[in-house]
Amino acid sequence: MIKKELICIGCPLGCSLEVLVENGSVIKISGHSCKKGEDYAVKECTNPTRIITTTLEVINGAEAMVSVKTERDIPKDKIYECIRALKGVKVEAPVEAGQVIVENILNTGVNVIATKNVARKA
Amino acid sequence: MFDITIIGSGVVGCSIARELARYKLDICVLEKESDVACGTTRANSAIIHAGYDAKPGTLKAKLNALGNPMYDKLAEELEFPFRRNGSIVICFSHEEIKGLEKLLDQGRKNGIPGLRIIYKDELMKMEPNLSDEVVAALYAETAGIVCPYEMTIALAENAAENGVEFKLNSRVLNIVKKENFYEIETINEVIKTKMVINAAGVYADEINNMVSKNKIKIIPRRGEYCVFDKSVGDMVKTTVFQLPTALGKGILVAPTIDGNLLVGPNAVDVEDKEDVSTTREGLNEVLRVAKRSVKCIPTDKIITSFAGLRARCTKEDFIIGEADDAENFINAAGIESPGLTSAPAIARMVEGIVIQKLNPEMKKDFNPIRKAIKKFRELTNDERREIIKENPSYGKIVCRCETVTEGEVLEAIRRPLGARTLDAVKRRTRCGMGRCQSGFCSTRIVDILSRELNEPITDITKFGGHSNILVEKNKEGIN
Amino acid sequence: MKEYDIVIIGGGPAGLAAAISAREEEIENILILEREDKLGGILNQCIHNGFGLHIFKEELTGPEYAKRFIDKVLKLNIPYKLNTMVIDFNRDKIITAVNEEDGLLEIKAKAVVLAMGCRERPRGALNIPGSRCAGILTAGTAQKYVNIKGYLPGKKIVVLGSGDIGLIMARRMTLEGAKVVEVDELLPYSSGLKRNIVQCLNDYNIPLKLSHTVVDIKGKERVEGVTVAQVDENRNIIPGTEEFVSCDTLLLSVGLIPENELTRKANIEISGNTGGPMVDETMETEIPGVFACGNVLHVHDLVDFVTMESMEAGKNAARYVKGMYEKKGEVVELTAGEGVRYTVPVWVHTGNLGDGVDVRFRVSNVYRDKYISVYFDDVRIMHLKKRILTPGEMETIRLKPAFFKDRTDIRKITIKVEGE
Repeated sequence: MIKKELICIGCPLGCSLEVLVENGSVIKISGHSCKKGEDYAVKECTNPTRIITTTLEVINGAEAMVSVKTERDIPKDKIYECIRALKGVKVEAPVEAGQVIVENILNTGVNVIATKNVARKA
Repeated sequence: MFDITIIGSGVVGCSIARELARYKLDICVLEKESDVACGTTRANSAIIHAGYDAKPGTLKAKLNALGNPMYDKLAEELEFPFRRNGSIVICFSHEEIKGLEKLLDQGRKNGIPGLRIIYKDELMKMEPNLSDEVVAALYAETAGIVCPYEMTIALAENAAENGVEFKLNSRVLNIVKKENFYEIETINEVIKTKMVINAAGVYADEINNMVSKNKIKIIPRRGEYCVFDKSVGDMVKTTVFQLPTALGKGILVAPTIDGNLLVGPNAVDVEDKEDVSTTREGLNEVLRVAKRSVKCIPTDKIITSFAGLRARCTKEDFIIGEADDAENFINAAGIESPGLTSAPAIARMVEGIVIQKLNPEMKKDFNPIRKAIKKFRELTNDERREIIKENPSYGKIVCRCETVTEGEVLEAIRRPLGARTLDAVKRRTRCGMGRCQSGFCSTRIVDILSRELNEPITDITKFGGHSNILVEKNKEGIN
Repeated sequence: MKEYDIVIIGGGPAGLAAAISAREEEIENILILEREDKLGGILNQCIHNGFGLHIFKEELTGPEYAKRFIDKVLKLNIPYKLNTMVIDFNRDKIITAVNEEDGLLEIKAKAVVLAMGCRERPRGALNIPGSRCAGILTAGTAQKYVNIKGYLPGKKIVVLGSGDIGLIMARRMTLEGAKVVEVDELLPYSSGLKRNIVQCLNDYNIPLKLSHTVVDIKGKERVEGVTVAQVDENRNIIPGTEEFVSCDTLLLSVGLIPENELTRKANIEISGNTGGPMVDETMETEIPGVFACGNVLHVHDLVDFVTMESMEAGKNAARYVKGMYEKKGEVVELTAGEGVRYTVPVWVHTGNLGDGVDVRFRVSNVYRDKYISVYFDDVRIMHLKKRILTPGEMETIRLKPAFFKDRTDIRKITIKVEGE
């Protein structure tokens, strides 16, 4: 059994949650004051995920960088791995917002997509 | 072989360089920093003193009295900002009026015109924001305000245009006296010169002591200042001093030539000749004392603070002249206040020595005129239309707080002795000196510098050395 | 002199929303003036996600949120000028602007929407002593370097201030290869969103030190470290708690200031509480036909609220131009009472409330289990229990026309935080 301490992000209250986890499942949550806290605790303790945003270099672009994101959230423990996988990735202009830059990053089933347009250098 | 090598490119070194540029002489100026006006000249009260402070008979008294009236013509020729706003020394009790009378008397002995004591009613009409405690003041109508670095840059540009060679990033390591010349070893090269002029500011003792057995000692005396937003720049019209103490002229409240309000300096002797950091105690002291002069010092309008070092010599007076034991080694050392005011007169005095020693011929083609960078913010709308038509980059504002255009920045970079760093651009254009303190414009200036100098963006610095603005590309350090 | 129906100063989220809603009210002759080289304002550099939850019910990044509005502006053919800086503005609604192509522009507008946004408080505003070397910059400037230019301004970072931009940048710089040593916050609570504290700091094991501040900066050419000290409840430094923290960069995230230099040029009164102009329920300032919205009016926590407020300003500017603008009823002053820092608007017209008027405000401290009360003179007409109120989060209450029914002669509306 592991005891985990979390701060709920559901609202500005920021309840301090205490979660007991056994064999990967949540067996007790305390400190929450609403349903949001409960859901958050379960999610954070069993399958925490995040959307990752970063920038990548553009080749022949009117701008130096293009902002990108993982299209959906990916496992939290893959954040650094994801950044490492994106190191050195360059994108040829023009880039369209929504364009897939890296398909299925780290086999998560999630694509990395551009979040803005970058025109080609005039 | 140079005829003359001037060590130091502060207001004194550059004043001398510009004065001597009138003659057929090969002149070189050595500067350890990446730009002129980087030492004491960069950070001081920016006051052109009337001249009642200095003890009669001293060089300080004489050169202050001579220097002050030279400013009108100098500012006109070199197009740097200067204005005679007058100064007042205020006192807080009737007993202290004696102190004012003493200053008045001293001023008369020094030959200073336009001094008189004024009393509460007239004083409050002149400066309605003075504190209620104020009783009387010594008013000096000839006192002025100037931008010391812009003035020095102007002097340097004009000297350079008239043939003076400036070697920046050239710290002097040693000076060796030869038969009838000197060898100056810098971090880059060895320079031969017939004459050396020591205008090295807080380092003038080290330079002198390399050559002369008559050792001098400079103890840097730090002064801290707060700068306030232009919205309160008109809180006082004149420069407001309190009665001087043993440590100096005390903490003043003054408008700056650029329209901000300046408060400072305190006075603390320090060991480190590079230590221009501010301290909490110092800034608090400055504000506390200033509050006695002016009611409601608006501390929420402070936009920045800074510190400068006065090149204070233990000998109490300026040291100007040839070293007794080193022929053709001329000191302009121990130049603390009123050094800025005196600088043009110091240059004349050194010129006199040079004439006597080297008897140089005048140049026929000396051009005393230097044109300033056109300041968009000071132009009329018609002039603005005109200049954008001629040069569209004047239509692109890069610094929104101070309304500085890309055209001005480009010119600051492209001029003789052009800007190479963020701070150098700032001193020439005021980019980044406004209320946001470069938050918005620094990213643009870094780009422009990188483009103009054809240097990678990571090589652009704030003021040379290792003061790089950017250190590496994103993710470079990710392994 | 060129004439426009509506000129919008600023092409960030506020300006874009105002332009769109004005066009939707069928005003053709609109011009947006933007000083940067693209529309979208600060959103362009806010590449993180978390925008749009209120307006679009989905989570967008800053550039994506901006793009929705930029695309609409393009689709509606609303004219705009980029790289155009407004340098003067007066009470006759004459705007002077400059750019490279047109040179100096003088424009007369029937209505003006002020949407210039805000800027960051610099170091000087805190008067932090110490060195003035390289490596001291605001979080927003760092954001531009990292997110737009692709370069890090330092490798070992201390962040002063736990505003959202500071928190966001702590994560951004960590992910781009810098080490963020700690975040210091003068106050005993963070003004940042809980979510940002968890996902930008806790996720990366970055400590947040509350009631701590930077008291000295060391370094000759570049920052070598900062001295951090603890402060007491009156924000005074506790002697003996000073600690040297080695770093090469100090990021400042110590507050935002509405950028009202132009507003001041027209002598429009600025509120000491918000730093923005005073407006009524239509977002109109004291000059008829001059409106303000977004961060130039008061600093918002979420862009969604900027959008909503600005739609309102744009719509009312349009109605003003069309002559459909009539403010009925009495003018009543809104006052920030105990525990409330400010309200926007500061005046309402009792007969001009439509379905109700949103009053936005911020509280001045962290309050738990308190009430937000609204008083019409001495009569309490609204009493809302709140489990938590924090200065970092903007609050909204809606004044409904029904409240004013049978109540004449109201002189003052007060919003305050009450224990019971």
